[in-house]
Amino acid sequence: MAGTIKRDYSLVGESTRRAIETGLASAEWYHTDVPRKAIKELMQRSDGPAIRDTIIWIAAILGSAAGGVYFWGTWWCVPFFFVYGLLYGSSSDSRWHECGHGTAFRTRWMNDVVYQIASFMLMRNPVTWRWSHARHHTDTIIVGRDAEIAVMRPPDLLRAALAFTGILDFRYSLPALVRQAFGKLTPDEKSYVPEMEQHKAVIAARWHVAIYIATIALALTMRSWVPLVLIGVPRLYGTWHMVLTGLLQHIGLADNVVDHRLNTRTVYMNPISRFIYWNMNYHVEHHMFPMVPYHALPRLHELIKHDLPEPNPSIWHAYREVWPVLLRQLKYEDYFLKRELPPTARPYRGEFHEVKMSAAAE
Amino acid sequence: MADWVEACAVDDVEEEDVIRFDHGGRTFAIYRSPDDEFFATDGFCTHEKAHLADGLVMDDIIECPKHNGRFNYKTGQAKGAPVCVNLQTYPVKVEAGKVMIQIA
Repeated sequence: MAGTIKRDYSLVGESTRRAIETGLASAEWYHTDVPRKAIKELMQRSDGPAIRDTIIWIAAILGSAAGGVYFWGTWWCVPFFFVYGLLYGSSSDSRWHECGHGTAFRTRWMNDVVYQIASFMLMRNPVTWRWSHARHHTDTIIVGRDAEIAVMRPPDLLRAALAFTGILDFRYSLPALVRQAFGKLTPDEKSYVPEMEQHKAVIAARWHVAIYIATIALALTMRSWVPLVLIGVPRLYGTWHMVLTGLLQHIGLADNVVDHRLNTRTVYMNPISRFIYWNMNYHVEHHMFPMVPYHALPRLHELIKHDLPEPNPSIWHAYREVWPVLLRQLKYEDYFLKRELPPTARPYRGEFHEVKMSAAAE
Repeated sequence: MADWVEACAVDDVEEEDVIRFDHGGRTFAIYRSPDDEFFATDGFCTHEKAHLADGLVMDDIIECPKHNGRFNYKTGQAKGAPVCVNLQTYPVKVEAGKVMIQIA
């Protein structure tokens, strides 16, 4: 198509310059009107729900690990490691996310402790990722600004499929930690981590790498795979649910817009996935009001759903909807899914963003 | 010479809450603490331009609505990433049911 400009996903490149020039960077975003009294009530923090969920989470991790180790060498260990991997490699993402926002618990140190543990499980540098996520909220799916765009355009479907195995993340995350442990941050990382915070990223990476070295040493000493199956490798075999749910947050929707209703998706999910995902399936709501804790998101959803596109009724439905969009993006990368708003919603404002509505699948 | 400016009535701010006050092309945030004291800071987060008046007051902390950056609104101290720069605070007094702030 004439006029299409190639997307440059680096954070210091041509798209970055354009996003800043056009005012897409650090822009003012659309918000559904919610009375202060209501949003204040929804934002309230409490330790109770997260303490309950964290006790269940830790008990399930320890229980499945114990079962896996007990039955090691037999097929009976497989279901235990299936559960362990799921908790280690997937549910840690939502814990990382909520505690990074500081909304899961009211008590700050509880957020910090769970954040550090979950960051380690995910092989994420707790410092660089905190900053990249702040950028993700400032410039959600703004090309050249957002450091957390999972599927770039045109979509690399093989890469997206491999993400379910954790191989690509593993291949990126571990070397990144080693590089950071040697004191080296990339230009992209330096673009979103303030200089005064960069040394903390190096220290955090050294701690992570030290624990991995200790785990490998233990495995060698014991002449056993068990330490590795418990620490590190679950990032491979347990990551599929994180990818299954996380990809749906923004995939196939608009980019370079400043209305989360256009670039973010809410999906109704089953209770198990919602526990693993800590209600992040209410993702439009989360992006509009990141101060609202995970346990209050269903209530926020009820309050503002009149102004949002109809949620996908299931994970399966969402993938069925997005698949043809991805196929079309292979040939025409400006194509995206524009989700319909209910009659009760305030309309999308064309002047609010520069997206070409003619490119949208309505 | 710093001027005292009337920002709002005492009843305009709920206990453990914050409101926005615009004056002279600038934006401020006026806080009422849980122990019924009033405080004032700059109205925007030092991290990115977000109105702190849309945030959450918890005890002596104001949390920014955009990235959950936290400040002590009594001292202006930034409490950690993603906020690294302290918040400017302003003297406050209450006179005849009005909250006054001293703006330099």
